[in-house]
This record gives sequence, C-alpha cells and structure tokens, in this order.
Amino acid sequence: MSANSGGSTTGRGEEIGLWAGCVAQVRRELKIARRRGGDLVNPLMFLALVVVLFPLGISPEPDLLASVAPGLLWVAALLAMLLSLDGLFRGDHEDGSLEQMLLSPLPLPVLCLAKVVVHWLLTGLPLALCAPLLGVLLALPGAGYLALMLSLALGTATLSLIGAIGAALTVGLPRGGVLLSLLVLPLYIPVLIFGAGAVKAAIEGGMAGPALALLGALLALALAAAPFAIAGGLRISVNG
Amino acid sequence: MWTFVHKLGSPKWSYAICGRLQPFFWVAALILLPIGTVWSLAISPPDYQMGDSYRIIYVHVPSAILAQSVFVAMALASAVFLIWKIKVADMAASVMAPFGAAMTALGLFSGSLWGVPTWGTWWTWDARLTSMLIQLFLYIGVIALRGAFGRGDQGAKAVAVLTLVGVVNIPIIKYSVVWWNTLHQPATFSLTERPAMPASMWMPLLVMVLGFYALFIALTLYRLRNELIRRESRARWVQALAD
Repeated sequence: MSANSGGSTTGRGEEIGLWAGCVAQVRRELKIARRRGGDLVNPLMFLALVVVLFPLGISPEPDLLASVAPGLLWVAALLAMLLSLDGLFRGDHEDGSLEQMLLSPLPLPVLCLAKVVVHWLLTGLPLALCAPLLGVLLALPGAGYLALMLSLALGTATLSLIGAIGAALTVGLPRGGVLLSLLVLPLYIPVLIFGAGAVKAAIEGGMAGPALALLGALLALALAAAPFAIAGGLRISVNG
Repeated sequence: MWTFVHKLGSPKWSYAICGRLQPFFWVAALILLPIGTVWSLAISPPDYQMGDSYRIIYVHVPSAILAQSVFVAMALASAVFLIWKIKVADMAASVMAPFGAAMTALGLFSGSLWGVPTWGTWWTWDARLTSMLIQLFLYIGVIALRGAFGRGDQGAKAVAVLTLVGVVNIPIIKYSVVWWNTLHQPATFSLTERPAMPASMWMPLLVMVLGFYALFIALTLYRLRNELIRRESRARWVQALAD
C-alpha cells in the first residue's frame, strides 16, 4: 500500500487540522486492518487455544477451573496482546510510512495515540468481548462475567499503550520479538494484578469497583504519559 | 560552577575527575565494609526473637537500598543524557546497570534465605518481594536492550527512554509495605524518625549501608573510566594515554 493512503498531509502544503489528521490516521489503520483480516482473528485464536490447553493440562474439574479462571483468562489475554504488539509498527517501518508520520506537521504523540487506539479497537476490545465465551469453557461463576469484560476492556487499553512503547523501541531491531516481551512484561504486572483482582472480587461477592477504579487510574496515567514515550521511541528507532 | 558542569561533559575531563575522586571512595569502602562486617557479625547483640539469623539484615538492607538507589541514579543519568546530550551520562548509566542488577539479585537472595527461619518459606508473593522481582526484570531488560543495539547513539537513547519508563516501579517498591499490609516489615531507616532498633544494632547497619554506597561509587568511577577509554579509543587524549 502506498505510504500516503489517507495519510496526514495533503502533499500540497495545505494546513490540516489536528482532529482531521487523527481521523485520517485512524481510517488508514482501519483500512489496512480490513485488507489483512487475519491479524484481527489471530489474537482471538491464540486466546481460545491457550484457554483450551489449561483444562486438558490441569484438570477438567469445574470447581478447580472456576477458582483459577479469572487469572487464567487474564494471563491468556495479556499474552495475546503481547503477540500482536510485534507487528504494531513493523509494517509502517518497512514500507516507509513511519518516516511520513515523523515528517508530518501534526504532533507525533497524537498520531501514535491514534495508532494505539486502533490497535486496542482491533485486539483489546475483541478480546474483552470474546472472553465471556471462554469463561464458560472454564466454568467461570456467573458473577464474574461483567467484571471480566469491563476489566479486560479497561486493562487491554493500558496494555496497548505500554506495549506500544516497547514496540516503538524495538522496531528497528531485526529480531525484537523476545526482547519486546522482556521489556514489556514487567510493566504489565500491575495491570494483571488489578485486572484479575477485579474478577476475583466480583466472584467472591465483594465489589469489583475499587480494582476497576485502579485499572482506570492506570489507564489515565498511561494515556497521559505513554504517547510521548512512544513518539520518543519511534524517533530514536527511525532517526538513530 | 557551570564551567565545572561543562567540563564533566567532556570525556577527557571526566576521565581525569573520576581518577582523582576514585581513591577516596575505595578507601572509604575498604574501611567501612570490614568494620561493618566484623561489627555486625561478631559484636552487635543477637536479637531476642530471631537470635543470630537477624544478622542477614546487614547484607539484605544495604543491597535492597542500593538496588533502588542505583536505578534512580541510572534514571537521572538517562534524563541528563536525553536532555543535554551528554554522552558521559549515558556511559555512567551503562556501567551502573550490572551493579544494580547484582544488588537486586543479592537483596532477593538474602531475603529468601532470611525468609526460611522467620517466615518459614523461601518465597511468598508479597507486594515488596514481587515489586523487587519486577525490578530485577527491569534491570535485565535495560541490559538486554543495550546488548541488542550494541554500542551507539541509537541504543543509548532507547535505553534511556526505557530507564525513565521503568522508574515508575521505584515508588511502587518504596511504598508497597505502606500501601499493602503484607508480610514484609516496613522500612528500617527513615530520615524523620529514630530507628526502632537499639543503637548497637542499627549503627553497624548504617556503616554497612555507607560502605555499600562507597563501593558502588568507587566501582562506578572505575568502570566509567574503562568505558570512557573504550568508547573514545580513537580520541587523541586516549592515544596519548596509551603511548
């Protein structure tokens, strides 16, 4: 695809607004994703396969599965997010679109944020929507479903933002995949703790509210700070 | 004052300054550490509850304090490098990382040795222990990222960004024992209050902590000099040094 398909500059030196630029970036990402449908399904397939492995590996006992289901679903979703990160900037780096983003007159952090929003829409949100289905396979108690979806929807957005920092830093490296997980997983741990904690609290009859509020706070912090780190990482990877 | 700061940015001057400061910290470390070791292992009284096993504190607390201080020092150096583009700051951050990782590992290891007689377990998923383990992974990530990029400006900048992102973990470790009421006891030392231990116990600990700091600074200066020579090997002053 051409570097300028729906890009953020008109090429004729016309001024383009911040909002219009963001919308153009989001539409471009969505168009690319639509043409490569597999990327949308891959994280979901990964999540489903990992979840299927556990009852076979541990025990099909519903009581046992129910007790580990919140953490298990969260770990599997986190790994699915991690898998999808490697390709976040790689395609753009290879075909030169990343340079266009850096050259664009729009602020780079905003364009990065638009990219991350699309990444979340195409991986995090589907994971959150499909997780209840897999919860049934793991005999997750009924009280946990709403908390599972909410915590995954909030938490995966934070995971996308944090992961994009690692992806931006390693995009220039030939085999960044393993390194990416080493950089990003330690920073994922707080999200995992509060995410699985929210589901557990909901199941045990307690309130999922506090843990969800903490997830929201993590998201607010990541939203405010991560775009700048992502932009810095991309500048380093492209310009050296 | 400013000329001094500017001079620090020049590899040649920092090489000379490190060389001049180094002996003081080596002497301090070589005096403090043996005194602290003998004092803490032989002279200070045994604990009325834990007996002699509490003496692990004299390794555990200094290494845990250093594990966090080194990361903060690395983050400061990284910020200096990113803002003012002072390469010596990046070299300092790069030579500090392995020491910090070693201190974190030592803190975790001595803590788990101590956990057996006091808590009855090698490991527990307590907030302080978990955040320290994350700290170790962050150190390893920083070292691995630098290794993947090799020596060069690009890798240095990437590592600096990662270090600044990773520094969010420091307040989490520091306050983990305050926010979560868990197994690990609260901080031993604080600037505002007197320690809960008698002086005969905390004095040798203070000596050990200062000794660890002196060793850290001495080693950093020593390794920084090596790194300066290695990276500036083409420079005229290094050639002159070799001749």
